[in-house]
Amino acid sequence: MISPSHSAPVLVEMSAIGKRFGSVGVLDNIGFELRAGEVHVLAGENGAGKSTLIKILAGVHQEFDGELRIHGKAARPRSPLHATQLGVAVIHQEMSLIPSMTVADNLFLGRLPSHFGVVDRRRQFADTRKWLDRLGLNIDPGQAIESLSIATQQLIEIAKALSLNARIIVMDEPTSALNVSETERLFDLIVNLKRDGCGIIYISHKMYEIQQLADRITILRNGKSVATAAAADLPTSKLIRLMVGREVEPAMRRSFDAKPIGKSQPNRFAIRNFSVYPQGKSQAAAVNQASLTVRSGEVVGLGGLQGSGISQLFGGIFGAYGGNVTGERTLNGRQIAPANPRQATRQGLALLTNDRKRSGLVMSQSVISNTTLASLEQHCRLGWLIKSSEYNAARRTRDAMSLHSASLDQEVSLLSGGNQQKVAIGKWLETQPDLLMLDEPTRGIDVGAKQQIYELIEQWKSEGLSILLSTSEIPELMLLSDRIYVMHSGSVSAEFNRDTASPEKIMEAAMGARQ
Amino acid sequence: MIDQPRGDLATKQQTTASRLILSPGGRAATALLLVVFVGLVFNADGAFFKSATHRDALRQASVYGILACGMTLVIVTAGIDLAVGSVLALVAVCCATMAIHWNWPGWIVVPASMVIGGLCGAVSGTLVSRQKIQPFIATLAMMVFARGLAKYLSGGSKVSTAVKQADGTFEYVDVPYLFRLIDSRVLADSVSVVTLIFFACATISWIALSHFRWGRFLYAVGGNEEASRLSGVPVTWARTLAYVWCGVFAGIAGICQAAQEQQGDPEAGVAYELIAIAMVVIGGTSLSGGRGGMMLTTLGVFTIGYLEKVLSINAVPEAWRLMLTGVIIVIAVQTQRSRRA
Repeated sequence: MISPSHSAPVLVEMSAIGKRFGSVGVLDNIGFELRAGEVHVLAGENGAGKSTLIKILAGVHQEFDGELRIHGKAARPRSPLHATQLGVAVIHQEMSLIPSMTVADNLFLGRLPSHFGVVDRRRQFADTRKWLDRLGLNIDPGQAIESLSIATQQLIEIAKALSLNARIIVMDEPTSALNVSETERLFDLIVNLKRDGCGIIYISHKMYEIQQLADRITILRNGKSVATAAAADLPTSKLIRLMVGREVEPAMRRSFDAKPIGKSQPNRFAIRNFSVYPQGKSQAAAVNQASLTVRSGEVVGLGGLQGSGISQLFGGIFGAYGGNVTGERTLNGRQIAPANPRQATRQGLALLTNDRKRSGLVMSQSVISNTTLASLEQHCRLGWLIKSSEYNAARRTRDAMSLHSASLDQEVSLLSGGNQQKVAIGKWLETQPDLLMLDEPTRGIDVGAKQQIYELIEQWKSEGLSILLSTSEIPELMLLSDRIYVMHSGSVSAEFNRDTASPEKIMEAAMGARQ
Repeated sequence: MIDQPRGDLATKQQTTASRLILSPGGRAATALLLVVFVGLVFNADGAFFKSATHRDALRQASVYGILACGMTLVIVTAGIDLAVGSVLALVAVCCATMAIHWNWPGWIVVPASMVIGGLCGAVSGTLVSRQKIQPFIATLAMMVFARGLAKYLSGGSKVSTAVKQADGTFEYVDVPYLFRLIDSRVLADSVSVVTLIFFACATISWIALSHFRWGRFLYAVGGNEEASRLSGVPVTWARTLAYVWCGVFAGIAGICQAAQEQQGDPEAGVAYELIAIAMVVIGGTSLSGGRGGMMLTTLGVFTIGYLEKVLSINAVPEAWRLMLTGVIIVIAVQTQRSRRA
C-alpha cells in the first residue's frame, strides 16, 4: 500500500496528538508516521496546524496531548536542543543563523571540534566544506552569513541541519527563497538523503514540489488529520478537494444584495508589470510582473498561501520599500510613484498592514492619537494640534465602527484585538483614501468583530470606495470579493469573478497547479 | 487571541483615587511628596522651612532641569543624548568668549549660543536618523567631540573675566550684564532667574510635546517606528529635530552655567547628562520610548533637586548622597515597571 518499503523502520510515530492554546484547540487527535527512506508531505491551508505539529516534534511546544515516539521510543522533546539530540533536524522558514558569524561557526555552533578547549579550526573548516560541497555551494567557510544572499543563507540553513547527522529531517517550505536551479539541487539532495535511510517531513504550498517529491501525503484541515495516503493514490484534484473541504459556513452570509460591479465602471487603480524587491533590486523579487485593476466601488480580493508575495505587493504599491519596485501604478488615470508611505497617503492610498502590533498601531498611545496619526494635517494649524477636531475624528470613528473603549484617551494596548483592528482601519478611513488596501483585515479577531468588518466593507463599497483586500481564508475571500486574483510565488496565477470562482480552483491556482 | 473588553473591565474595577495614584503622574508626585516629607521630618532645625532653602534647591536643580527638558524630547523617541554635558561646556566657553572677551550684547550672545547647541544636536540627530547609528554611540561620539572642541576653543583654560592684553598682562573686566542678570534673583529675592529660565524651557517642551503635531510624531516614532513610517509620519525629520532641540536646551543650560560661574569652563558639565537622564526616568518617562512627558520630568527634576537639598542641609556626606540617589533611581524605575506588568 505504501510505496517505499512497508517494512522500513518507523522513525516518527505520533498518535492522538492534540494541542490547545488557551481555550482554542489547534490540533485534534492527529496521527502521523514517518518511515525511513520516505518523503512524507504535510499539506493543508494556512492555519491548518502543520507548523504546530512540527513545533511539537521540534521541541518548541512542550505541552501536548497524545503520544510521540521517535526511533521507536516514547519521547517528549523538551527544547529544540533536546529534539536535535533525539535526531530531529528542522529547517525553519525563519532563519536561525547568526548573521554576524561565519558560515563555519554557524554550522558548528555549540559543538565546535576542539582539543582541551582550543577550537580545531582546520577540522572545522574541512568539515564545513564537506557539507557545503554536498549542496554544491562554492563559498568560503570563513565568510560572514550576512554577506551572503538570502537564497545561499537558506541553503546553509539546510547544510546546518544535515551536518547534525539527523535521520529525521523536517523541511518547512525550504524553497521559498530558492530559484529553480537551487531548488533542483535541493531535490537531488533529498533523493540522496532518502537513499541514506533518512525520513523527510516536507511542508510545501507548491503543487509542483509535492508531485515531484512526495511518497506519502497527510492532509490537515482545521487542526484535524483528513487523510493519509500514498502520493500515487492522490491526484491533484482529490488532494485539493481534501485540503479545501466541503463545509459551507452558514454563519457567514452576505446580508446585502450582491449586485455585481459592471464592466462599465471606470478603473480606479491599476498596476502593470509590477515587481517588488524588498531586499533591494540585486536580490530576488518577492512580486514578479504582477498586473491587476480595481474599479470604482469594487472589492478586489487577493488570495494566496504563505510566500505568495501578497504582503510585499501591498507594501510595494504603498511605497514601503521605497524605489525597490518596477512597473506602473495608476490611480484615477494618473501614474503615481510614491517613494514612501507619506507620499502614498497624500496621493490617496491607504494600507492596513497584516500585523497591527508590529506595524499598525502605536500601542503606547491613545485611541485618539492612533485614529488621527495618518491624517494629522487636517487637525492642526501651523503645527498646533486642534484637540477638539481630533476628538471629533475619534468619536466619528468610534460611532461608525461601533468601537468599544472605556474612553477615547485609553491606550490602544488595553483594547481587545477586534477593537484594535477597528482603530487601525479607522485611522485609514480618516485619510479619505481613493484606494483602501486591507492586508488580512480579520486576522486575530473574534467572530462578532469579523462580521462587523464584513458589513463595513460592504458599506464603504456602496459609498464608492475601492478596496483591495487579502485574506488567507478562502470562504472569506469568496464572500467579500467582487473579483479575485490568486497569487502564487510572487506572480498572479489566476483571475476569477463571482461566477467562476470556487474553493478548489482558488486553491489550485494558489498552489501553482496546472489547470 | 481571546476577544474580551479587557480595558473596560480593568478601568471600571479601579476607583478614581487609586487610578490617580497608580497613574504615571501619581507615581512621580508620590516620589516627590516622599522626599518633601523626609525634609519636613529631618528639617535640620527648621532650615527646611526657610524660603531661601527652597529657592536654592530649585536654583541648583535648574541647569540640570533645563538639560532634562531636551532629554525628555529625545527619550520619548526611544533615543538618548549623552552629549548634553559636553555641549553645555562648549556653549559656556563660546558664550563667555562672546560676552566677556568680545563684549557682545546679550541679544546676540543668547541666540548665537542656542544656535551652537542646536548645531551640535543637528549633527547627532542626523547621525541617528539618517545614518542609522545607535543614539548611544552617535551621541557618545558627539560628547567626546564637543568636549574636545570646548578645550580647543578655550586653549584648555577657563575663559574668565581676566582678559589677556596685547602686552601679555592680564586685566580684569566687569562681569557682563547678561551674566549678572541670569545669576540674580527676582520677586523680593524669592526666586532665582535660572529657575524661571528652567520653567520657561519646561513650558516650551511641554507645549511641543502635548500641543504640537511634531510632539505627537515624537511619541509615535518612539512607540512604534514602523507603524509611524507606514502611517506617513516623517520619521527622519521628527527625530532629527528632537536632537536639535535637545542641543538648543543644552545651549541655554550652557549660558546659565557660564553666568553662574562668571566664566566659561571647558571642564564644566561632566556627567550632567546622567543626572538629566535620571530626572527624566524618575519622572516616569520610559527609556523604551513612546510614553511619558514634560510634566513628569518636571516632577523628576523637583524630586532630585529636593533630595539633594534635604541630604545636604542634614550634612549627609557626599558619598552617602550619591549612593542614596542611586538607590532611589532604582526604586523609582522599579515601581513604574510594576505598574505596566
